[in-house]
Amino acid sequence: MRVMAQMGMVMNLDKCIGCHTCSVTCKQAWTNRSGVEYVWFNNVETRPGQGYPRTYEDQEKWRGGWEVGRNGRLQLRTGSRLKRLLTIFSSPVQPSINDYYEPWTYDYETLTSAPVQEHTPVARPRSLLTNKPMNIEWSANWDDNLGGAPELTRDDPVLKKISAEIKEKFEQTYMFYLPRICEHCINPSCAASCPSGAIYKREEDGIVLVDQDRCRGWRQCVTGCPYKKVYFNHRTGKAEKCTFCFPRVEVGIPTVCSETCVGRLRYIGIVLYDADKVLEAASTPDDQDLYKAQRSILLDPHDPEVIRAAEQAGISRDWIDSAQRSPIYALINRFEVALPLHPEYRTMPMVWYIPPLSPVVDALTETGHDGEDAGNIFGAIESLRIPVEYLAELFAAGDTNLVTGVLKKLGAMRSYMRDLNLGRPADESIATAVGMTGRDIEDMHRLLAIAKYDERYVIPLAHAEQGPGQEELDTGCSLDYDDGPGMGGWGPFGETSGGTTPIAVENFHMLAARQTSDTMAAPGDKGQRVNLLNWDGKGAPEGMFPARPEESAALHGPDGGGVSADSPAVTDPKP
Amino acid sequence: MSTLDILLWVVVPYISLAIFVVGHYWRYKYDKFGWTTRSSQLYERRLLRWGSPLFHFGILFVLLGHVGGLGIPKSWTSAVGISEEAYHAVALVTGAIAGFCTLAGLAILIYRRRTVGPVFSATTRNDKFMYVVLTATILFGLSNTVLGALGHEGVDYRDTVSPWFRSIFYFQPQPELMTEAGLGFQLHALSALLLFAIWPFTRLVHVFSAPLGYFTRPYIVYRSRAPHLGNRATPRGWDRVGGGRR
Repeated sequence: MRVMAQMGMVMNLDKCIGCHTCSVTCKQAWTNRSGVEYVWFNNVETRPGQGYPRTYEDQEKWRGGWEVGRNGRLQLRTGSRLKRLLTIFSSPVQPSINDYYEPWTYDYETLTSAPVQEHTPVARPRSLLTNKPMNIEWSANWDDNLGGAPELTRDDPVLKKISAEIKEKFEQTYMFYLPRICEHCINPSCAASCPSGAIYKREEDGIVLVDQDRCRGWRQCVTGCPYKKVYFNHRTGKAEKCTFCFPRVEVGIPTVCSETCVGRLRYIGIVLYDADKVLEAASTPDDQDLYKAQRSILLDPHDPEVIRAAEQAGISRDWIDSAQRSPIYALINRFEVALPLHPEYRTMPMVWYIPPLSPVVDALTETGHDGEDAGNIFGAIESLRIPVEYLAELFAAGDTNLVTGVLKKLGAMRSYMRDLNLGRPADESIATAVGMTGRDIEDMHRLLAIAKYDERYVIPLAHAEQGPGQEELDTGCSLDYDDGPGMGGWGPFGETSGGTTPIAVENFHMLAARQTSDTMAAPGDKGQRVNLLNWDGKGAPEGMFPARPEESAALHGPDGGGVSADSPAVTDPKP
Repeated sequence: MSTLDILLWVVVPYISLAIFVVGHYWRYKYDKFGWTTRSSQLYERRLLRWGSPLFHFGILFVLLGHVGGLGIPKSWTSAVGISEEAYHAVALVTGAIAGFCTLAGLAILIYRRRTVGPVFSATTRNDKFMYVVLTATILFGLSNTVLGALGHEGVDYRDTVSPWFRSIFYFQPQPELMTEAGLGFQLHALSALLLFAIWPFTRLVHVFSAPLGYFTRPYIVYRSRAPHLGNRATPRGWDRVGGGRR
């Protein structure tokens, strides 16, 4: 037994209202830069829908993840190492920018510089790739809230696996949101695809990162990742991906997406797993057994054997404590309500989901029945085949029994807790019907409904003795921030050559640079432009207001009335 | 032998090769982050799909040809019984095929770079200069091959260019050999020397990241947070007891 710790997340989809706050805050923190305009480390998809990038789940087309070969051995879907290196000069199945969307900005200047006219001037969209006017035809959330259904939803690869009759009725029946980040897989196919060995898994917490200094921009990881959560920065020529906000997690605070989640639906914690069994589990022949296989490699942190092995592997006591209190371990292995996203990709993903029950309850209530009565809800889960089949394709490789079981547990929790809340005696039979005890249900209810910050996020600290290696302490050369080689435009050898970009965005110079750049190519009048979306309301960045008359007077000579710019007699200009 | 000859065939090659070697070392130390070719496949893939493999496989064969032609002395091949005619026939045919593949690929790539909007906006002045030098080198080289095939070759490059090239590396340069080579070979050599000199400062550095280690490494790479990510090594006295997780 080789024990390793793995950071993971569980999202309770019942609570997701599709507000995209996680996406927006993540974007502001991590991908608010040129080259990654189209990149969303965190995105929220409406299901059914095509997803982002479009139809990424169609692995016949995109060839991501692993498969079991004819010899029973696990291999990348893109083929052997030799085959991949032979096709390296033009990656055969990499998504193009149109599969994501072409990033754009607006010609805001027209709004202020247009002459007086009858109609309101219009800020036309301009491509951030070519700087030319463009028509907006797609974006990361074009089909949000089933927009464009049913035409667009028909291309949903998950829906295509389900029968034709369902396809017709689906969008009237059922809709939910699926927030996605990098899965930080235990068996990451992006890392396996990387020819340079730049993508690595951290030994301490299992976070999967791209070493920007070693990445050579071969783009094999983009193809290799079945979730399409590794992105190519088209200006630096390097791959980038969700970092699980490791600078935050190392000091014990949750990721930006979790911290800002309005519905508080995300749980972060660590699990211990047996690294020796990963390959065997990922090679399980039947897709539908992969869920069980993955759960079987997670170790019980209360087992004395496991604790001893963990200590031998150098995992410190407080990490073991955290593993014991881990909310994700509880949701995955104790209550068994969390399911992995697309286990059939065989990457052993570590961001799991509690499938949504709410639409079932809503449908039931609309028919005039009591939507939270145990008998009614169990019956409804059985009869509402459509959502169950769809959820099963997402979370259980098509095994509907698994999803039904989870939904029944969630339904049982509602019924059982309603009795308690109404002051009625607890009905233990409800718990027994789903293979739980009343105590389990109450614990689960606490975790799902009440859990406070420190129960939802059980994040052990990176250790002080490891401190000198941590990122933010190593600030390096302060010249790298400013107009040093690499920041703010093309360096001598292309975009941001030279020193490494510092990871924190909370510094003045980067903010200043962001406030004055909204195009990809550095425009000539950059100094006079301000991107108001990035303005934090403090101060007035240069270029926000036109120069004051006295300043221009000082610049243009004595025509402005003969007063010097710093004369106290000068009054403010009239509007 | 004039001063110019010594300048062109002794001084320039040494300067160029010195820049090539030191430049790469410096670039690798200074700019690992910039060590990439900034793929434009995200913008456009239809033309790239043909152009890029044509060019790259073509130039790999051209490279092999140069290793043979410049590196292996004439006496060696005749010693193993390869006749002069046979050698040149093979060299010309394979060289011309590889050269034309390279040229066709390059033409597609340059056409793509100029006509596809996003690709063009992502092209730097550095790139453009490099393309000019690279194209010139390939064109000179290919025209030498073609002229040789047509029988216009005045001198045998294996008697002039190749020994001169080797003489540079054992530090007994023989510039007089190059003065005997034709103008075509001289131009090809000079443009190639210029290419070597700018090489470390262009995207061409990606040649040296050919991922051969991929064949031998395990699929999943694990790295420890402590010793690698920061710039500083763990200070003395802060080592973990017994090594621990490293």
